[in-house]
Amino acid sequence: MKKKITKPRKIRPDVVNKFTGNTWAYSKVVKSHFFKPRNLLWDNPDGKKFDAEGIVGSPACGDVMRVWLNIDAKKDRIKEFKWRTFGCASAIAATSMLSVIITERGGMKIDKAMKILPQDIMKRLGGLPDRKIHCSVLGDKALRAAINDWFKKTNQNERIAVEGTKVLDPNTKVTEADIEEAVLEGAVTLEAVQKRTKVGIGYPECLPAVEELIRFYKEKYFGREK
Amino acid sequence: MQKKIYYFDHAATTPIRREVLAAMNPYFSKEFGNPSNLYELSRRAKSAIVEATKKIADTLGCQTEEFVFTGSATEANNITIQGIAKANREKGNKIIISNVEHKSVLATCQALKKEGFEIQELGVGTDGLLRPSDLEKALDEKTILVSIIYADSETGSTQPIKEFSSIIKKFKEAHRKATPYFHTDATQAVAYLDTDVNELGVDLITLSAHKIYGPKGVGGLFVRKGVEISPLIFGGGPRGKLRAGTENVSGIVGFGEAVRLIKSEKETKSKQIKFLRDKLEKGIFESIPKVVLNGHPIKRLPNFLNVSILDIEGEALLLHLDEKGIYVSTGSACNSESLEPSYILTALGRPYEFIHGSIRFTLGKDTKTADVEYLLRELPKIVKTLRQISPLNLDLKQKTEMSQPKAFIGGQTPHFLRKKE
Repeated sequence: MKKKITKPRKIRPDVVNKFTGNTWAYSKVVKSHFFKPRNLLWDNPDGKKFDAEGIVGSPACGDVMRVWLNIDAKKDRIKEFKWRTFGCASAIAATSMLSVIITERGGMKIDKAMKILPQDIMKRLGGLPDRKIHCSVLGDKALRAAINDWFKKTNQNERIAVEGTKVLDPNTKVTEADIEEAVLEGAVTLEAVQKRTKVGIGYPECLPAVEELIRFYKEKYFGREK
Repeated sequence: MQKKIYYFDHAATTPIRREVLAAMNPYFSKEFGNPSNLYELSRRAKSAIVEATKKIADTLGCQTEEFVFTGSATEANNITIQGIAKANREKGNKIIISNVEHKSVLATCQALKKEGFEIQELGVGTDGLLRPSDLEKALDEKTILVSIIYADSETGSTQPIKEFSSIIKKFKEAHRKATPYFHTDATQAVAYLDTDVNELGVDLITLSAHKIYGPKGVGGLFVRKGVEISPLIFGGGPRGKLRAGTENVSGIVGFGEAVRLIKSEKETKSKQIKFLRDKLEKGIFESIPKVVLNGHPIKRLPNFLNVSILDIEGEALLLHLDEKGIYVSTGSACNSESLEPSYILTALGRPYEFIHGSIRFTLGKDTKTADVEYLLRELPKIVKTLRQISPLNLDLKQKTEMSQPKAFIGGQTPHFLRKKE
């Protein structure tokens, strides 16, 4: 009987992207968008040329994204998406990819664009290292800020969406956004989130809501459990 | 064919030089003896270690018995701090360090804090230097150890070690005490500065082989005779031996040769490297607007250049340079596993937005004029591209104070500060 020969395992450097197996710091798609950003605003913003704009992040944090939109009011679609980003390679690539997602196939409907999630961008990028997810989270927020700007300018106040910053625990003033941050930083159990935020320690009534949020954000950023 | 590389990260590590490799070669297989045995094969290994130790002792101006080989500079720093803390517990519980020490010093001190030790950190000024008067104020009867890095690993700014040692000496004489001991981490400095232990007046010095064209996995610690210190690693060997374990003979031989060579060419290489570094510095400031120098403009290792290039982020710049075969390092938060900006540049009082755009160039003995010229051709182009991508336009002059940390979306604190709260 022939002995079963097992192939020697490939040795993988630890910079390998866990989604793609690429050995560059990021996926091929990220690399392509990083070195050749699409829909970048090359000239200085005119101010009048665009229907709306939005900005998120801060230079101190290391990520700032600014988005300019031109909108087809009749069709309620985004015609043009221009951007500029201060940040690392994944932040630049994520905004570039978002601009492609929004403007391909004749431009995305505004209602659909409002619902874009970080994982939609990540999927198209071929994944990002866990600790870099934070960066691409900003792209969709900048887009929503710009769309809200459009709603304000066109008196569609009822359509403006407020980013969730509800206070969950009146004692510690922990908000929904804090839970989101904690999950993003890897705290995916109630215990871990409590360790980080002290949420609900003096106010256990909020814990069911906190647990639900953890599940929601865990699924949102790290996918559904198999 | 391998693409040509332009290596500007000598503070991270260096390649083993030809002569060092040649010296090491026999000790991997032919001369494989365990130096603690008595037969000839082992005696040859033993004498190789003795020879290597002599070369190092010669550079440090110390006795051969006063030098201990370790697995790394990190281990040497750990032995120093934990070993002295343990052996001198009765004399006091205070350790004085600076806020630009290597992580191996900072982390060890953090751990000792939990065991009841008092750690006092002296802060550097915006120029990267410590003030000797701060040490004078910090010293007290409880102090058992002062550990100050010779030159920090981000900006290469060099601390006035001699001034510190004379302050400590005066303190000891005035109080008729044997402590505090004075330790300096000379890992980055040894290739360029004077390391004679008596000239410097230090009791302990940390060295590393792989920063001076020697092998990785070997470091060492000079411990002056009479210093009370406990081992961290126990095992065979004579009683009182500071580090048990079979010696890394080939590594030690390489380390010795690397130290000897670095000493013999210290002056000529320092001059040559400084000339190229200055050319690079001048070139960058002339060709790129909005650049800030990090660290001391003059009191700095001749191979270090750390600048903040405003409005762009360091990791993005690093990867663009990488694409051109140029290797550098950055203090940006995005580049670190912990996503925290460089603590050394933070200690200098640089605002976070400056640190995110920081780039460290460290030259080496084989850096050529053509390499610097290539870098000076490519860098401005990349900076221009990244600035076109960036929406920022920071003000060079106004941001001298630490920026407002609460600047994230919704007025939240940045992630790297929140962890510490």
